[in-house]
Amino acid sequence: MHVAHLSLTDFRSYASVELGLEPGVTAFVGPNGQGKTNLVEALGYVATHSSHRVAGDAPLVRQGATRAVIRCAVQRDDRRALIELEINPGRANRARLNRSPVPRARDVVGLLRTVLFAPEDLSLSKGDPSERRRFLDDLLVARAPRFAGVRADYDRVLKQRGALLRTAAQARRGSRSARRAESDTGFAAAGAGDVLSTLEVWDAHLARHGAELLRARLELIEALHPLVAGAYAALAPASAPATLAYRSTLSTGGDNDEGGELLEDAGERGSSAAQTLSTDLGKTLEERIRERLLEVRQSELERGVTLVGPHRDDLILGLGDLPARGYASHGESWSFALALRLAAYDLLRADGGDPVLILDDVFAELDTQRRRRLAEIVAPAEQVLITAAVPDDVPRELSGGRYDVAEGSVTRVR
Amino acid sequence: MYEGVVQNLIDELGLLPGVGPKSAQRIAFHLLAADPADVKRLAHALLEVKEKVRFCRTCGNVASEEECRICRDARRDTHVICVVEESKDVVAIEKTREFRGTYHVLGGAISPIDGVGPDDLRIRELMTRLADGRVTELILATDPNLEGEATATYLARLVKPMGVKVTRLASGLPVGGDLEYADEVTLGRAFEGRRLLDV
Repeated sequence: MHVAHLSLTDFRSYASVELGLEPGVTAFVGPNGQGKTNLVEALGYVATHSSHRVAGDAPLVRQGATRAVIRCAVQRDDRRALIELEINPGRANRARLNRSPVPRARDVVGLLRTVLFAPEDLSLSKGDPSERRRFLDDLLVARAPRFAGVRADYDRVLKQRGALLRTAAQARRGSRSARRAESDTGFAAAGAGDVLSTLEVWDAHLARHGAELLRARLELIEALHPLVAGAYAALAPASAPATLAYRSTLSTGGDNDEGGELLEDAGERGSSAAQTLSTDLGKTLEERIRERLLEVRQSELERGVTLVGPHRDDLILGLGDLPARGYASHGESWSFALALRLAAYDLLRADGGDPVLILDDVFAELDTQRRRRLAEIVAPAEQVLITAAVPDDVPRELSGGRYDVAEGSVTRVR
Repeated sequence: MYEGVVQNLIDELGLLPGVGPKSAQRIAFHLLAADPADVKRLAHALLEVKEKVRFCRTCGNVASEEECRICRDARRDTHVICVVEESKDVVAIEKTREFRGTYHVLGGAISPIDGVGPDDLRIRELMTRLADGRVTELILATDPNLEGEATATYLARLVKPMGVKVTRLASGLPVGGDLEYADEVTLGRAFEGRRLLDV
């Protein structure tokens, strides 16, 4: 697929802009702070309904305006879809498809598929586990929108369960001090019993939704693994091979609350992680989660947080036998982050429909060799959109259309 | 801001569910312009609802006497109890005219975030109703969202040892709808709950 037309109203720095786009490579060139990234951010927003730069929607609306509108025409094979998205910070977004309103804005998610590379991606290899969890879950949703629901349900269970655990922690402290004061402890004890019986209910729901999310992540990693290894080898042939492993709070690492042990050690990476977790133990993931929750219940009640589940897991990136985090050089970390995105691109493409590739200010971060390799890998894509501060940052392999972006205006150069 | 009394009315109306500041203002000015008799009737109805309406001592549904209309009705099957979150759910189910049993209104669903635990719901009253062993089936008709499901699970666990048959309302496709318009979650649930077709 490719974007044939993009029009923005009151989006970021743009009061109004209209752009015609073609398949192949298009570069947006201009000094920093002129609004290059805003253009590609808008496309990313249409694809995922969230920005790759900010968590809230308020910064997306031009100062002084109350709402922003993104319109884009997406061409897939010989069909064209016009997606219009109205961003209302603090309220529900509205969307129209081919000029007719859709009941919910999220009904248009997935009509445009993008894979976006940005300087922020470095946190995939260097940042917190939450960055990598988000990468996995976003990709799950992009492949099957159903997972947006699974993810929301799981987050909701976590919140409810967390509130309950905090209440329990408070009740315990209360009853302990009450006992010390030799006053009536009967009431506090009854309260704790009540908490325990409801906790079992939330355990069951946490296990059900958590298992669904976990299974999907494990299957995703299995599919990603060879693609990441391949992309990384292409980007950095001299480096040790890239590996993926999943660190789950399900594996018994004693009461280690920093997240259990590695599911797979370096020697047996080919085997299925899901199997290691479930069939090896003769139990379903759901049963495993419930079992582990019972094991850590004491510390959960003391600390008032849920300690087991996919929300505390991590995707471990490795180079040869060493973990990438802490051992990889800056260049290697960058290549790994790019390899993850490229693998996501391969996966989405295999599902059908070439996603639009967006490279936001990425080339400036790479050395000449990696630049050239990345250019070779992405060149065959149906549509590649690039932003760069200077024309020299765009590799020669990626010649195509070019827009100059300066002071909020976008002009076609070729 | 308006003069004291008018602003008071707008503020009070604005506290009602589904009424924003704009609607509150519109209602307030409508009342100002309305016939005094109409407004008196409304005020009377408001007061009366708080003074006269009580909750059924058996099922917790809204009632104008000790027991609600349904619990007083001798034709209702007292062996079956349908558990719902709110009184308005009773009305919804009554409209189907399918159910001839009795109800039990919990007054909400378990939600630790809102500080609602089992003790804040009318669960103890439900257990008392089940204690004499006359009830044969408990239908759990709490909302099909996370909190409703959690409440249903909690009740099912509680009641299971008593040997009462516990059922849960099916969730899935709307009748008369098109399959293609169902969202993924609903369709997924419908697949989960599919049943054997007897021919």
